[in-house]
Amino acid sequence: MILSCTVNKKPVRLECEPGEALADVLRAAGYKEVKKACGTGNCGLCTILLDEVPVASCSIFAARAEGRAITTIQGLKKEAEELGAYIAAEGAEQCGYCSPGFVLTALAMEREFRAQGMGRFDELAARHYLAGNLCRCSGYQGHMRALKKYWEARNG
Amino acid sequence: MDKSYSVVHRSLAKIDALGLIQGKPAYTDDLAPGDALVVKLLRSPYAFAKIKSIDKSQALAVGGVACILDWKDVPRIPYTRAGQGHPEPSPHDRFILDNYVRYIGDEVAIVAAEDEATAEKAISLIKVEYEILEPLLDFEKAIDNTVVVHPESEIHDMFPIGFEPGRNIAASYKMRIGDVEKELNASDVVLRRSFFTQAQAHVAMEPHAAFASLDIHGRLVIVSSTQNPFHTRRLLAQSLGIPIRDLRVVKPRIGGGFGGKQHIHVEPFVALVALATKRSARIALTRKEVFESTFTRHRMRIDIEAGANRNGVLNVMDVRVLSDTGAYGEHALTVFMVAGSKTLPLYNKMKAVGYGGAVVYTNHLSAGAFRGYGAIQGNFALESMMDEIAHEIHMDPIEFRERNMIREGQTSEVFKIMGEGSEGVEMVIESCKLDRCIARGRELIGWDPKRLSWEVSPGIVRAHGMAIAMQGSGIPLVDMGSATLELQDGGWFKLRVGATDLGTGSDTILAQIAAEALGVGPEDIKVYASDTDHSPFDVGAYASSTTYVSGNAVLKTALAMRKVLVEAVAEKYALKPECVEFDGKNFFGPEGAMLTNLVDLSFDTLYHDRALMKTLSSTASFTGGKAPPPYMAGFAEIEVDLGTGKVKLLRYAAVVDCGTTINPNLARIQVEGGLLQGIGMALFERVVFGDRGKLMTNSLSRYAIPSREDVGEIIVEFAESYEPSGPYGAKSVGEIGIDTPPAAIANAIYNAIGVRLPQTPFTSDVVWKAILEHDPRPTTPKNLRPQTQLPR
Repeated sequence: MILSCTVNKKPVRLECEPGEALADVLRAAGYKEVKKACGTGNCGLCTILLDEVPVASCSIFAARAEGRAITTIQGLKKEAEELGAYIAAEGAEQCGYCSPGFVLTALAMEREFRAQGMGRFDELAARHYLAGNLCRCSGYQGHMRALKKYWEARNG
Repeated sequence: MDKSYSVVHRSLAKIDALGLIQGKPAYTDDLAPGDALVVKLLRSPYAFAKIKSIDKSQALAVGGVACILDWKDVPRIPYTRAGQGHPEPSPHDRFILDNYVRYIGDEVAIVAAEDEATAEKAISLIKVEYEILEPLLDFEKAIDNTVVVHPESEIHDMFPIGFEPGRNIAASYKMRIGDVEKELNASDVVLRRSFFTQAQAHVAMEPHAAFASLDIHGRLVIVSSTQNPFHTRRLLAQSLGIPIRDLRVVKPRIGGGFGGKQHIHVEPFVALVALATKRSARIALTRKEVFESTFTRHRMRIDIEAGANRNGVLNVMDVRVLSDTGAYGEHALTVFMVAGSKTLPLYNKMKAVGYGGAVVYTNHLSAGAFRGYGAIQGNFALESMMDEIAHEIHMDPIEFRERNMIREGQTSEVFKIMGEGSEGVEMVIESCKLDRCIARGRELIGWDPKRLSWEVSPGIVRAHGMAIAMQGSGIPLVDMGSATLELQDGGWFKLRVGATDLGTGSDTILAQIAAEALGVGPEDIKVYASDTDHSPFDVGAYASSTTYVSGNAVLKTALAMRKVLVEAVAEKYALKPECVEFDGKNFFGPEGAMLTNLVDLSFDTLYHDRALMKTLSSTASFTGGKAPPPYMAGFAEIEVDLGTGKVKLLRYAAVVDCGTTINPNLARIQVEGGLLQGIGMALFERVVFGDRGKLMTNSLSRYAIPSREDVGEIIVEFAESYEPSGPYGAKSVGEIGIDTPPAAIANAIYNAIGVRLPQTPFTSDVVWKAILEHDPRPTTPKNLRPQTQLPR
């Protein structure tokens, strides 16, 4: 079957099978920035934005994306580069395999926190929002240092 | 010691950071050709079985199936999947495929098809008739069990490692220093305890992946998520029965390893398919396969008998270890030895030390290399024991450690006697700031020996616990690294290394070392690693070797490059080399006269200098005559809910001596990441096997690695230290962070509830049970597991 949707604002028609996970369809179509690590929706590496909401693309049927807007990290290059510079300044990306999913979720978090009118960076709230984005290399501390500095630079 | 550095000891961003963060295709499975055959494996549903027959006919009839290989179709050559030096200290006890399967998840057949769905359909149609055998699942009953995991005759060791497969023993070892019995008898206090550690999973975020193709010359090219391309090339060639020259192994970016990719897990399968079909073939394991069919940490039982005097003198330790290597003996002996060799030297004043035991086969998935490599298991036992003794003699656990621990300028007999699989190397410790690590750590956590636990509200108790640790910096006189520098037109350098960056940032710190030595900017060093056709030899990333071994190789290469540059300029201007100076940009002659600059020289030597034209390059190798240990002190502050047994880690303070930090940020993240894996082993990562040997904790839903909500504050600091034998004073830092959390947290739990937890992990149910069984006023600590003795 054919899935019609937009990926990074570009209309696409992707071939997929009934029951196939969105992550597999996207990777097969060349969107290699969507990483796969657990296949059970636990680790957050395959996160994409579906109509602006972060979802684990390994745990959602491709067909559910019909007519909707998919955003991968490549669709938010500028934003990813800005936040990425803070992560890189801490050395916190380490192997980098979890970074695309983590950065997408963090950008979605920033938007939500702003909409809620968050002033100072609330680290506990951020840890909670991002708890589904696992990382085995960094110990998370560098991520949080980077997010705090990024938030303070932009929202301080 | 010159400490005015311009490029090292600076927190530069990783050279690959932004590309990785933006998700650029960089990892093995991102790079596999789109038309490659998809390889899937049929795996054993039984823990131990003999394959009576395999019927592939229906599966082969499926359209799009390219080939199916079973044990009859592949070379029957015993080898080891352990990525180690040659000859390997692991037994050659494995065939690529065998007519026996030895754990649930063991490979039965290789299926290659045009796409994944077809491969999976074919797998479901392969009919295998098994003779199901009684599995051996209790490692404490493995030795001389009637079930023999490896009855086959061809398997062998490469040199004596105590290999007795008929008795289910993969390796055994024993050493003694001094008179253990006499010292035990002469001690005021003698304690005997047993400790157990679980088969922790690595959970590197990138699952193991590889793809293979035949190049235009017919050579097999394997791109793989491997920690050691050169060992992989050698072992793969041996297992396939082809010459090493016909293989090339390339490592792209790696999504974490932690030891889990120091092995051959996927490469033979894609290689065989590429050879059989003459097409490209790719494999990427699922997370379930990574859990069930790659390696784990060696689970261990560690019995310690220790003797000390009431004045705080530790006299003797007798350590007996039983290690479960699972179905195959990868890293069996070496991990077992490191449990002693990288723990016991911490207390170098003991009059007698005994260490010995066996590594046994069972029908669980295999154990292999995992960050810490035995040291974390040994550290949990040793550092729990040190607290036990301190309590027994009513001494502050810190004071007890300080009275007995190793200091700068000292040595330990253990260094010489115990290496990894063979004898060790004598070593005087030239950098050890353990004293300062402890002093700073106790300050950070607020250690008060009179108040190691306190109630914050009814039923909620907080407590402190601590542990110290050591690791190594490569394996002395075994590990070797090399580097090549080459001047390029425009005045920059290619740095080719065989060292293997797994995401740690080692390519970045190696570039920093080269830039520092050459006096150029880090942007003028472009690193290429690692490809067996194009990189000089390096054993790869393991045993905390990269900063020290590969780093020293890069330093030697860069210093040699300086000499090459100066000699080229001297030749060009008919001067003696000693008359030429180079400041990183310009070359000066006698009396400071400017001769040329690096950019001009680069063009002149490649394009202009006619008969003098040449490539300016240098290559050097380094092998450590010793392996200076990094040290650390770890302090935990926990909160125990006495009503539920829930243990919260509120704070963890770690102070590390790894010599100079070449890149302080990256060193810090190495420690922070290591700590969290150690904390995971201590508090979260429970491994459950079913009663027929099935790994129940085989997904990230069931196996809990810590999330960012699971820990409180983690404080990492570095003690000022300088290792004279290291590059710019550095030691390695990849593993040391993982070692202390199990013992420090166990010690804190003891201080909170008065019960010694001898088995990781300390999940709520375990702690709650311990609280329930707790005598409110304990005089002696309880050891939750029954005491049977391991043989001496």
